Amino acid sequence: MVEQRPFVTVLTHLVLVLGVIAIALPVWITFVAASHDEIRMVQTPLPLWPGTHLWENLTQTLFGTGLSGTQTAPVWLMLTNSLAMAMMIAVGKIAISLLSAFAIVYFKFPFRMACFWLIFITLMLPVEVRILPTFEVVANLGMLNSYWGLSIPLIASATATFMFRQVFLTIPDEMLESARIDGAGPMRFFWDILLPLSRTNIAALFVILFIYGWNQYLWPLLITTDPSMTTIVMSIKQMLEAAEQSPQWNIIMMTALLAMLPPILVVIAMQKLFVQGLTETDK
Amino acid sequence: MAQIHLKTLTKSYGDTQVLHHVAGDIEDGEFVVIVGPSGCGKSTLLRMIAGLETVTSGEVWIGDRSVNDLEPANRDIAMVFQNYALYPHMTVAQNMAYGLKIRKLPKAEINRRVREAAEILEITDYLDRKPRQLSGGQRQRVAMGRAIVRDPQVFLFDEPLSNLDAKLRVQMRLEIRKLQQRLGVTSIYVTHDQVEAMTLGDRLMVLNGGYVEQFGTPVELYQRPASIFVAGFIGSPAMNFLPAQADGTGLTLANGAVVGFSGGQAGAVILGVRPETLVPDVDGPLRVAVDLTEHLGATTLVHGCLEGTQSEIVASLPGMVMVDSGAVLGFSAPVEALHLFDAKTQKRL
Repeated sequence: MVEQRPFVTVLTHLVLVLGVIAIALPVWITFVAASHDEIRMVQTPLPLWPGTHLWENLTQTLFGTGLSGTQTAPVWLMLTNSLAMAMMIAVGKIAISLLSAFAIVYFKFPFRMACFWLIFITLMLPVEVRILPTFEVVANLGMLNSYWGLSIPLIASATATFMFRQVFLTIPDEMLESARIDGAGPMRFFWDILLPLSRTNIAALFVILFIYGWNQYLWPLLITTDPSMTTIVMSIKQMLEAAEQSPQWNIIMMTALLAMLPPILVVIAMQKLFVQGLTETDK
Repeated sequence: MAQIHLKTLTKSYGDTQVLHHVAGDIEDGEFVVIVGPSGCGKSTLLRMIAGLETVTSGEVWIGDRSVNDLEPANRDIAMVFQNYALYPHMTVAQNMAYGLKIRKLPKAEINRRVREAAEILEITDYLDRKPRQLSGGQRQRVAMGRAIVRDPQVFLFDEPLSNLDAKLRVQMRLEIRKLQQRLGVTSIYVTHDQVEAMTLGDRLMVLNGGYVEQFGTPVELYQRPASIFVAGFIGSPAMNFLPAQADGTGLTLANGAVVGFSGGQAGAVILGVRPETLVPDVDGPLRVAVDLTEHLGATTLVHGCLEGTQSEIVASLPGMVMVDSGAVLGFSAPVEALHLFDAKTQKRL
């Protein structure tokens, strides 16, 4: 649109500004709340400008015992747990999806299409629908309260398999034939040609899957009972419900702030590749 | 360096047979072009030699061994693809070195070969670039460089020039020919372009519908085409075909005109005569009602029909000739320029 009408310009800007406010205001409130002391946060009116206790709250949240009077793990441990879970889910999903897409696209084996559709059908079975049997399996394998239990049931991914299948289908057959003439075996081809060619798609998917893993709530809640395995997303909710006291908003908001940080860092770090991966079609 | 023997090769996909008993011997150092219309099986044949397609029956021999059950990498061949199939994430040098790296050649040897090939092809300046930074012609050179560094017994080309523009195609055609003569490597080249085939090949294998129509030198194919298909496919503008009745002493055309021709055959035949062998002759037996003339500068193409019939005739006359459309011209052709084909089998008589 190259129209030059002041009314339209004002209107579009207004809509954009409102949108930004709607998204940024809660984040601002969180930041403000995380920078005041406990007393100020229970008084009215609520502060709209940052206070002076940011650093104090940060150290107390990260390394202190968290909320006073509860037995939660320190937040740095929760961050580590979340990070481990999100990384294991993202890397695991990508690795497994790459390999299964490779098998489906480049190998002839009996029931190949049946396998593909079986994988595809699991789209209809997210963790929430199969909680009971999956919990049973994980419990029997002795993986409760472990990183394995947190990540493995979430690793299988039809979406990522499907996406990599589409990516591989756009790579011309001559690439494989050329590699065969060059003497590259299947895994060599996978490693030397397919992986570098899907680099941007892997990055894009990593961003999405990392955030998916990071935001897991229900499954970690079920599978962990040991406070040392708590993830940060779970803990925010638990802090709110901490027994017999009014919520310590400064600590809770600081935790929320910390919980937002890693996904943002991942997005910023991989932004360029992410956009390329979603838009680039040239192979 | 090696000979290639194709021993009654066939290829079927399910019930559809796409190649029928293809046989032929290719000499050491020879440049053979497989040519035919699209869908005739020429690419399939090349891919069977490369090992990218399985052989349904028959055998492929390269040198003194049957390679039917060998992987492409073990056949000692190199292939240049139509879309070049360069690895987009590797530099030109890496592209050329990849096959050698897999074969675990020493680094110094790989570098030497890559540099040598780059010098031959004049792509030394691009060695550190990615394929996407190169033009079509440069990519084509890199694809050939990748074939050269491997120092194979056989080069296989699958329509390597069809993605280039017309001018570049002519230039690259010459370069491929020069390169092949210089390296002396047995080469098989697939194309649908008959001019490319005629200019490049020591010998041509003409395929049609999965059958070998003729396998011979360009001159043989032009002078003694084995079938109507080859006669029509080789040469531009294409040969004229006129149905006729033979009685041993002459040929009676559809309009009653008689062309002198002494031969033993009798019955329904097809007379083939090339446009460039037709000579204006007021008393000539071939009387053509002219529709249209095309002036190409060096030659003039006269399009028309044999008078009184619907059979189209093209005559190629040297220089600029002015002919009014609607005029009737007489032509004759020397007896040795007449080709006779059986009307039923379409084969040469």
